[in-house]
Amino acid sequence: MKMIKTDKLVFEYAKRDEEGNIIGMSRAVDEVDLDIEPGQFIAILGHNGSGKSTLAKHMNAILVPTEGTMWVDGKDTKEEEYLWDIRQSAGMVFQNPDNQIIGTVVEEDVGFGPENLGVPTEQIWKRVEESLKAVGMIEYRHHSPNKLSGGQKQRVAIAGVMAMRPKCIVLDEPTAMLDPNGRKEVLESVQELRKREHITVILITHYMEEVVDADQVIVMDHGHVVMQGTPREIFSQVDLLKEYRLDVPQVTILADELRKRGLDIPAGILKKEELVEILCR
Amino acid sequence: MIRDITIGQYYPANSRIHRLDPRVKIVCTLLYLISLFMFKSIIGYLLATLFLVCVVRLSTVPVKYILKGLKPIIMLLMITVLFNLFLTPGGRLLFHFGPLKITEQGLNTAVYMAIRLIYLIMGSSLMTLTTTPNALTDGLESLLKPLGHLNVPVHEIAMMMSIALRFIPILLEETDKIMKAQIARGADLESGNIIQKAKALVPILVPLFVSAFRRANDLAMAMEARCYHGGEGRTKMKPLIYKGRDYAAYAVTIAYVAISFVAGRYIPFKIWIF
Amino acid sequence: MSIKLEHVNYIYSADTAYEKQALKDICLEIPHGQFVGIIGHTGSGKSTLIQHLNGLIRATSGTVYYNGENIYADGYNMKELRSQVGLVFQYPEHQLFEVDVLKDVCFGPKNQGFSEKECEERAREALKLVGLKEKYYEQSPFELSGGQKRRVAIAGVLAMCPKVLVLDEPTAGLDPKGRDEILDQIAYLHKTSDMTVILVSHSMEDIAKYVDRIIVMNHGEVMFDDVPKRVFSHYKELESVGLAAPQVTYIMHELKENGLDVSVHATTIEEAADEIMAAVTKKEKTE
Repeated sequence: MKMIKTDKLVFEYAKRDEEGNIIGMSRAVDEVDLDIEPGQFIAILGHNGSGKSTLAKHMNAILVPTEGTMWVDGKDTKEEEYLWDIRQSAGMVFQNPDNQIIGTVVEEDVGFGPENLGVPTEQIWKRVEESLKAVGMIEYRHHSPNKLSGGQKQRVAIAGVMAMRPKCIVLDEPTAMLDPNGRKEVLESVQELRKREHITVILITHYMEEVVDADQVIVMDHGHVVMQGTPREIFSQVDLLKEYRLDVPQVTILADELRKRGLDIPAGILKKEELVEILCR
Repeated sequence: MIRDITIGQYYPANSRIHRLDPRVKIVCTLLYLISLFMFKSIIGYLLATLFLVCVVRLSTVPVKYILKGLKPIIMLLMITVLFNLFLTPGGRLLFHFGPLKITEQGLNTAVYMAIRLIYLIMGSSLMTLTTTPNALTDGLESLLKPLGHLNVPVHEIAMMMSIALRFIPILLEETDKIMKAQIARGADLESGNIIQKAKALVPILVPLFVSAFRRANDLAMAMEARCYHGGEGRTKMKPLIYKGRDYAAYAVTIAYVAISFVAGRYIPFKIWIF
Repeated sequence: MSIKLEHVNYIYSADTAYEKQALKDICLEIPHGQFVGIIGHTGSGKSTLIQHLNGLIRATSGTVYYNGENIYADGYNMKELRSQVGLVFQYPEHQLFEVDVLKDVCFGPKNQGFSEKECEERAREALKLVGLKEKYYEQSPFELSGGQKRRVAIAGVLAMCPKVLVLDEPTAGLDPKGRDEILDQIAYLHKTSDMTVILVSHSMEDIAKYVDRIIVMNHGEVMFDDVPKRVFSHYKELESVGLAAPQVTYIMHELKENGLDVSVHATTIEEAADEIMAAVTKKEKTE
């Protein structure tokens, strides 16, 4: 069974004028078809307003498609009866670290999801402990979230999702508000989880460096999927990416620039080691 | 500036009092407060003092810390004392200065009233000092549960309180930031009359409300994403379960109340200080 | 029009359990017209530092001079200082409050005491500087996109016609294109006016492209204060405090280690490409 599958998914919302009258319809997501296998690491790229966050919110049934269908773990998100199953199997981490932590103590926040699922008390403690260990935040279990750094807060949020034992974790720009250290911390936690738990990861971002290890990259623009492929396939099209208001790792741009100036360098260089090897042969 | 305000002034420690079930602390504090107003004899006051001293010692909270809680009510305390001192008729006239008279009864009432008020504040701040805001919320939720049968949304109220507690520091910090940003744009928050001052708050309040609503919206989404659907079918990570020490605390408090009640009523030891 | 800090110390929550020294003996001089980048990780004291520049935070000890005048002297006009040293906070769009864009941008000049007409002129001028289209002027600022809101908020400070513009991470949370647009606009502003620009960021790549001078903050102290090339040559030390040089610096160093004769001082992609091309051509010739 596919982890996530969509069939011509459309999300339409009404545009209103100042008095609240509908002046037209706008499509945030427009006829998107996706097939995501269990265990994959998928990156969704796109500039602000490209529809990537709207698409992400469908995976957790926070939004339901206005046209087309989305299945999460084989369940149609439009069916009310599957709502809690879907939210349990596709956990979600949001952008703003402050606005998604509910508990006043780290461990209580991580326990929030399992509490809602009706998990027995001893089980909750076990899950909280495992999840906090998995993201390396166990020594902060008794701390107040307000005293943590942005990266630490996001790791707590990830632990909060992991404690619900999801099959898939959707991260909606989890690093957009973090500094470089925070970004690194969060990405390392995600990678670690992926390796250990074989969980499906869907990472929404506009930082290209973060998607180099993805199995598949999806680029969105104006609600459409405009590019899809391996990171190498995607990053070999530097000019096209720039057109979609995205940028490319510096090493890729440098390689591209050198190729344009006549050096024999293949397209889609992703890591600096590759470039160094080619140039120093 | 604005960050100096602290709410729910919890004193972190691991004393016997800290470890008690929050429900015990709420109920016993209430009992203690009631007891303060039950007796009129000096024995009652002695017992109340003894009880308070014991609990303070057990709590390991420094006395200085507890006395700090009295600061905001000093004015109220003074007014009460002065009113009682000068305006209570009865008993021997001790002192008079023009129309101001101090009677024996007045002096007694003033002193006892002051003691009651001080003990009241100390008793209740001892509860907040030894209980985390979260535990307090949990305790209240559990104690108020019977009201749920009367369609009072007890769980929701408790959840709201706990979220408010989490967001108070965040919003205070945000206020600080917005104030600074508007001052950097030349906003004048200090001078002018009341109306001008109120007007000067608009550039701070509007962004603050916008932010609060944005946060509320985000938080609601995050809660739903983590399967929150009200109190129904929810389990607890930290359920409140009475332990031996909690029953012991109840027993001691009830014994104290009973003794001071009996002593106050049947031991004719009604000695006034003067 | 210079800013000078002499032995500035700042201690947060003095005499409490949370006491923390945010700035330690900072001595700096920023001459007029410079484009300065301030870099440091979260908690390094960079935000505290810039709030000293317009008197929002008062140093625990030490002195700040603006144009040679001690800003802590009795009777010093703080309000005037704040209109000369414009400070754009992080996520500045969170301060927008007026019913329409133009009115919001007018807030600063209005506080400076300009007439309504002058305010509007200045506001329009500022909005033009940040490149916001005129059709948005009458709209509510809350209806704009994130990038547009950010521009309006920056215009709100520019409308006060500051001589020094301080920006605290003006690109945080924007997408790559939005980030480049804002930075290009700021660079253009610096080039076309005689404004001093102080840019706080934690992106080395951004800073390397624009500034004349980089001040690296760490634990409340100035760690490096030099031209970008020389600051980045300390890339190992930068790494040890949780910062990083631009990716090209690493590439150049690795190329050099692997025997390609390039200068390691390239900090931008153009410079790096020039260097590599020259080195490769040379290598081919000798072979």
